[in-house]
Amino acid sequence: MKRPRRSMLYIPGNNPAMLVNGGVFGADALLLDLEDAVSVREKDAARHLVRSVIRTVNFGSTEVTVRINGRGTPFFEDDLAAIVPVKPDAIRLPKTECAEDVRELDRMLSELEGRAGVKPGSIEVMPMIETAVGVENAFEIAKASVRVVAITIGGQDLTADMGIQKTRGGNELWYARTRIVMAAKAAGVDALDTVFADVNDEAGLIDETRMVRELGFDGKAVINPRQIVPVHRVFAPAAKEVEQAARIVNAMKEAESRGLGVVSLDGRMIDAPVVRRAQKILELAALYR
Amino acid sequence: MKILCTAQAGTVESSDALVTVGPTEPGRGLDLKIESVVERQFGEQIRQVVSETLCSLGVDDAEVRINDRGALDCVISARVETAVRRAANAQYGEVRP
Repeated sequence: MKRPRRSMLYIPGNNPAMLVNGGVFGADALLLDLEDAVSVREKDAARHLVRSVIRTVNFGSTEVTVRINGRGTPFFEDDLAAIVPVKPDAIRLPKTECAEDVRELDRMLSELEGRAGVKPGSIEVMPMIETAVGVENAFEIAKASVRVVAITIGGQDLTADMGIQKTRGGNELWYARTRIVMAAKAAGVDALDTVFADVNDEAGLIDETRMVRELGFDGKAVINPRQIVPVHRVFAPAAKEVEQAARIVNAMKEAESRGLGVVSLDGRMIDAPVVRRAQKILELAALYR
Repeated sequence: MKILCTAQAGTVESSDALVTVGPTEPGRGLDLKIESVVERQFGEQIRQVVSETLCSLGVDDAEVRINDRGALDCVISARVETAVRRAANAQYGEVRP
């Protein structure tokens, strides 16, 4: 069943107060971070802390994901060995550049799940695409394993890789965003957007969220609980949209029950894609209720 | 797990604990001292969590100091584990908790 992933809240993996309270803010998902938010000297401490917190704290229906350190780092295997036994919902793999990165993670997860008595294949994977090579391989990455449920763009690292600045308007990410969202849709997985770093600029956050929603993204990472409500508001279908979608779907059902091949509403014919879009809006309205 | 040197983990920020683990003579057992903002109410529970964590890590002889700032059991347990592994210079996985 599809899960809501409108907002994914980053929480530094070595901060006990934020970790134990992560579930109270109403984010759809938590991103417990062992990577960029943790200094090299504290990688071991964060690993032990995140494992202990996941094992103990009840996060309710909030999806619990862990961003481990990347495949090319000395922390990758230790992170997985520590985290898999407590069975997070998903692992977020940073700096994914090719399908083999995902396949290697898949193999390691299978081995560790077997060793820890965790149901095989139950831990999902969300590759982060944050290099130019990764963007070009987005579809292959999204299709690399049945564990992949979403691909996500990492804006800060990607612009650094491209040697450019991340701007408020985000023009520099246009190609990467459209490429990633199309790869995700083609692969049948969610597309998740990068963070909006200025927590004091709510108008900028709303503009960017609206833009990525229009492009087809399913959600956005957030770095502060204050960003959750604005993001949820943007992703929620408007009441008028939902009402109209319900009328379209009802018209379709009525036409079917009467054996009519053509659906019409208010005297106008309704095409099949319009019905599919209306059904999608109703699904989202139910998912985000 | 044998404690070879003195090591620390954690912080003195709210909801955290600063744990210091150091070596002691073999056979001396555990020398555990706890300072906590909630000692009167939870001192015994903290002592139990620390002792159980040390036991699960196979630590028989050590000097352990806990400066607790209202950390949950799961946080104290994680901080003790990190301090012990640092003090034993052991990589994760050599001794399963």
